[in-house]
Amino acid sequence: MTMNTAINENIDPKAGKRANFYDVEAIRADFPAMKVEVNGHPLTFLDSGASAQKPVQVLERMDQAYREEYANVHRGAYRLSELATENYENARSSVARFMNAASADEIIFTRNATAAFNLVSSSWGRKNLRAGDEIVVSHMEHHANIVPWQLLRDETGIVIKVAPIDDDGNFLMDEFAALLGAKTKLVSITQTSNVLGTMTPIKEIARLAHEAGALVMFDGAQGIVHAGIDVQDVDADFYVFTGHKLYGPTGIGVLYGKLDILKNMPPYQGGGDMIEMVTFEKTTYREPPARFEAGTPPIIEAIGLAAAIDYVNSIGQEAIAGHEVELLNHATKALGQIDGLTIIGQARQKCAIVSFTIEGVHPHDIGTIIDARGVAIRAGHHCAQPLMDRFGLAATARASFGMYNKKEDVDVLVDALLYAKEIFA
Amino acid sequence: MDDAIDDDIRALYQEVILDHGKNPRNFRHPDDAPLEAHGNNPLCGDKLTVYVRLGEDKKIEDAAFEGRGCAISIASASMMTGILRGKSVAEMERLFGAFHTMCTGEGEIDAAAAEEFEDDIDKLKVLSGVKQFPMRVKCATLAWHTINAAILGEQDASTE
Repeated sequence: MTMNTAINENIDPKAGKRANFYDVEAIRADFPAMKVEVNGHPLTFLDSGASAQKPVQVLERMDQAYREEYANVHRGAYRLSELATENYENARSSVARFMNAASADEIIFTRNATAAFNLVSSSWGRKNLRAGDEIVVSHMEHHANIVPWQLLRDETGIVIKVAPIDDDGNFLMDEFAALLGAKTKLVSITQTSNVLGTMTPIKEIARLAHEAGALVMFDGAQGIVHAGIDVQDVDADFYVFTGHKLYGPTGIGVLYGKLDILKNMPPYQGGGDMIEMVTFEKTTYREPPARFEAGTPPIIEAIGLAAAIDYVNSIGQEAIAGHEVELLNHATKALGQIDGLTIIGQARQKCAIVSFTIEGVHPHDIGTIIDARGVAIRAGHHCAQPLMDRFGLAATARASFGMYNKKEDVDVLVDALLYAKEIFA
Repeated sequence: MDDAIDDDIRALYQEVILDHGKNPRNFRHPDDAPLEAHGNNPLCGDKLTVYVRLGEDKKIEDAAFEGRGCAISIASASMMTGILRGKSVAEMERLFGAFHTMCTGEGEIDAAAAEEFEDDIDKLKVLSGVKQFPMRVKCATLAWHTINAAILGEQDASTE
């Protein structure tokens, strides 16, 4: 497939390297949603943290796969099924390369990041954890990295410990280290807070967790989008993310697990595709990743995710991250100038997610009013109620940026917020 | 231009609503309110607690509330607690039905109810702007669901 690369690569013969110019307009041209109008205004989409828009490259690849390359996988002895299987397994390899996994067998396709957490909790957790064993999470986890452990706690009597953050949203390393001990069996922390934008020191967290003899798991739902991941460099035991925040389709998530750990985990769900041999007396299970993918998998969604990864790679993760830092700096400065606006989360290491409150205007009212100007943000608790409680808030407004956002989007947001303030004046 | 949507926004955030949102009436925890319920909008985390005292004649003697929420949900709770004082449980249910119809914009208010509660419906009309904003209908009806739950003896109301 030909890729319409949105980056202008000017070769500088003297320097002998490419001087990249981030062409945001070319990127926007790849995303049909950027042409949508809302309430008579061009859409200003600032909710990529909830779910990102999709480039035509993803949409067309999925369409083509449904039209011309579709059959069930791992089954038929005919060409079309072979092709579908090849596409599906190539998608797995593509994900493995994107995360620098040692093997594609370490990549399990799930429904989303939440399903990946539940897989680890149900399979690894039930087998390995006993009453009194401890799991350490942080105060800024998404509910997906809290509730599965609580379900396991209610069943097994494990203990959940919470690593604190400071008022700016920084992860507190010393306090975290003090929670670790002989009883710690798993450390499960977010790479990037979906509310505060805080980026946690994952490599150091992994080192300390391993020193304590625990496994370490990271929630990469936001982190893989804004910072990327090298699971071998970080030495993660588990890592989860979801396709739809990475410019890919819904219905596809990824659980990465080190192969020796996955091999010792029992199946999560039973059914077709995950078995070697079934009799009514006894069933034997396949090796990972097949063991954890019961039933017909999200075939086209996996292909779509691979197309999204190709697209991100064609722009370059570093180039995207650099662009997003500029957006973050501009947003932090511009929003900071609005009277009565407080930014929630000012961590030293932050990605392009900005939560805020405005004195006298509830986040929901902000959301409704600025939507009248075509601006889409998230308002609410962001599936992180313990974090909201930590800051004494019921809700915040959140602007989260993607590769297609431009500085002007921030200016439109600021104007719309001033309009909201005017109504409540 | 975008006059239509701006008109809708202005209709939603009328002066009366902004005033009730900023200075809610009956925003207190009464000492003698045997009935209460927690209202929760799980989509946004907004929470209200509504307190009710019924008289021997089964009429609402006192209604009050506490909680956090958007301008719409607070204004609605503020107006509701005032309007329902002195009404019977059956009247509350009929008025809730009429109010719900106003907020969703689906169907017509029952003619008998429209006549019976003419003045109240007139006051509550300021909240009917939510019908242009389907995501916000639950904000306007949360307090009503909650007082209903308090009177029926349920502990919690949810807009889900």
